[in-house]
Amino acid sequence: MPTVPANGNEAAERLASMAAVTASDGALRRFLHGLPGVDPVGLEARAAALGTRSIKTTAKAYAIDLAISMIDLTTLEGADTPGKVRALSAKALNPDPTDRETPRTAAVCVYPDMVATAAEAVRGSDVKVASVATAFPAGRAALPVKLADTADAVAAGAHEIDMVIDRGAFLAGRYLSVFEEIKAVKEACRRPDGSAARLKVIFETGELSTYDNIRRASWLGMLAGADFIKTSTGKVAVNATPANTLLMLEAVRDFRDATGVQVGVKPAGGIRTTKDAMKFLVLVNETVGEEWLTNEWFRFGASSLLNDLLMQRQKLSTGRYSGPDYVTVD
Amino acid sequence: MSDRLSVFKTYKLFVGGKFPRSESGRVYEVTDSKGKWLANAPLSSRKDARDAVVAARKAFGGWSGATAYNRGQILYRVAEMLEGRREQFVAEVADAEGLSKSKAAAQVDAAIDRWVWYAGWTDKIAQIAGGTNPVAGPFFNVSSPEPTGVVAVLAPQESSLLGLVSVIAPAIAAGNTVVVVTSERSPLPALSLGEVLATSDVPGGVVNVLSGKTAEIAAPLAAHQDVNAIDLAGADAELAKALEVAAADNLKRVLRPQPVDWAADPGTERLMAFLETKTVWHPTGSLGAGGSSY
Repeated sequence: MPTVPANGNEAAERLASMAAVTASDGALRRFLHGLPGVDPVGLEARAAALGTRSIKTTAKAYAIDLAISMIDLTTLEGADTPGKVRALSAKALNPDPTDRETPRTAAVCVYPDMVATAAEAVRGSDVKVASVATAFPAGRAALPVKLADTADAVAAGAHEIDMVIDRGAFLAGRYLSVFEEIKAVKEACRRPDGSAARLKVIFETGELSTYDNIRRASWLGMLAGADFIKTSTGKVAVNATPANTLLMLEAVRDFRDATGVQVGVKPAGGIRTTKDAMKFLVLVNETVGEEWLTNEWFRFGASSLLNDLLMQRQKLSTGRYSGPDYVTVD
Repeated sequence: MSDRLSVFKTYKLFVGGKFPRSESGRVYEVTDSKGKWLANAPLSSRKDARDAVVAARKAFGGWSGATAYNRGQILYRVAEMLEGRREQFVAEVADAEGLSKSKAAAQVDAAIDRWVWYAGWTDKIAQIAGGTNPVAGPFFNVSSPEPTGVVAVLAPQESSLLGLVSVIAPAIAAGNTVVVVTSERSPLPALSLGEVLATSDVPGGVVNVLSGKTAEIAAPLAAHQDVNAIDLAGADAELAKALEVAAADNLKRVLRPQPVDWAADPGTERLMAFLETKTVWHPTGSLGAGGSSY
């Protein structure tokens, strides 16, 4: 079975072939609860073992550039101003003004009301604008409000939508309502010309309590048509960890084996150092392989990570340790 | 009691208020002046230097922002703690420098007194290094000394405790944070001083102590873009030249090595070495017929 990307028309046909498991709440629950249980000790041990790789010199330089190109440079603060969003966009376009060889980040990630500002700032480049939507970060709003939030961001020029699932419904076992909601948001990502913004589905793994729930949520999101599955909002205590990201990568791998549909993964929150980022890249390479080692299929949701990557990059190119005076404050 | 097992002390680095081993896992043998083995000391790598700079930078905001009065109290506390462990330091200095017990005791006493000297200076630097300047214009013109930032210090090679204290105390009294490379041959008193600092209310990261080969650790510190100044007291002429060249890249303030009698009155030279002068021009408005604009 050839692999197709989750955002194409073929993917919809493949997902239609799985319609039996999403036909009713009961069928969906049977399917999700029928997924194999996660061995937490084994999962954490494997994630930790893969984190011990030593990556130096040219491999490190490659990893740093790859990681920079995978960043969704994020600002999600109540205090965001148009000026801050423009500054962030300028940084995404030209992360290190002292070295023009530095790759651009994949995207800037902002709140919906800032999408127009960001889109204007990155126009004409390959940097995308991602927008959180659906009453981010809590997701506590009525469905029409969430859909309007999404449509608004898409109309303003967002290339990608980061939605949050209704954790309350998920934890209460109302899987079908979560499923229908994701499908509805995916529908709202469509543009009048027939193209669509890519949809990232945030599970907020820190609120799902168990690894089994993360695996179920991953499958649920992918069945509903997610283009990306994303760990967290960055707004709770526990965000992306190597273990929960490894688990989601395994889900993505298994989903491709079952349906032939390729789905991306985005760990977000708490990834601050080059060392952390390289651990995640090792996880990707060892779990789903090189096909995912591009910013089409793997992203980091981060803000301060970029500065650390730039400082390490400067160290590699000059041989001198750099410092925070040589990168921007935000 | 004769069959009691010896309990040897594991000397460790002092970085960010913690006592790590060298990141490299390396140690080297430290001997007394006659070549008898004393202990193993960590042989720091450039990554230890990098970590120490990160710790010093992190501590800088809090330490430079603390009131001078508060810094003085903390430095005096270091003297108190050092006094309580006087015997240990007398023994370590005697071993390290091949001194008699009474001469070593004199060194330790002088080191304790030096902490007290610099503790007293913290809230007086501004009076002698700063002031109001007469200017030809309607301005109040005020200069005030501010700490330079993160200072890398190569401790003197011969004077293992008094020399060490004489170079780090003035730097931190002025509000800088310090990464100090100990005497290469006699690092043990410096590593023990880390334990004293850890129990003296000195915030973690204000002083970071690295032992090992001076030339190996000093090179990355001199080239480091996030180090603001370097004191070359412990470098020989050849090394000092190379380090000064490396330090020029980000315009570090450099204090060149010079012959110093550590036992003599220290004066204020080292206090003034790592200060920057901030000058503020404040308009007074016109003080003519219209009266003050206040």
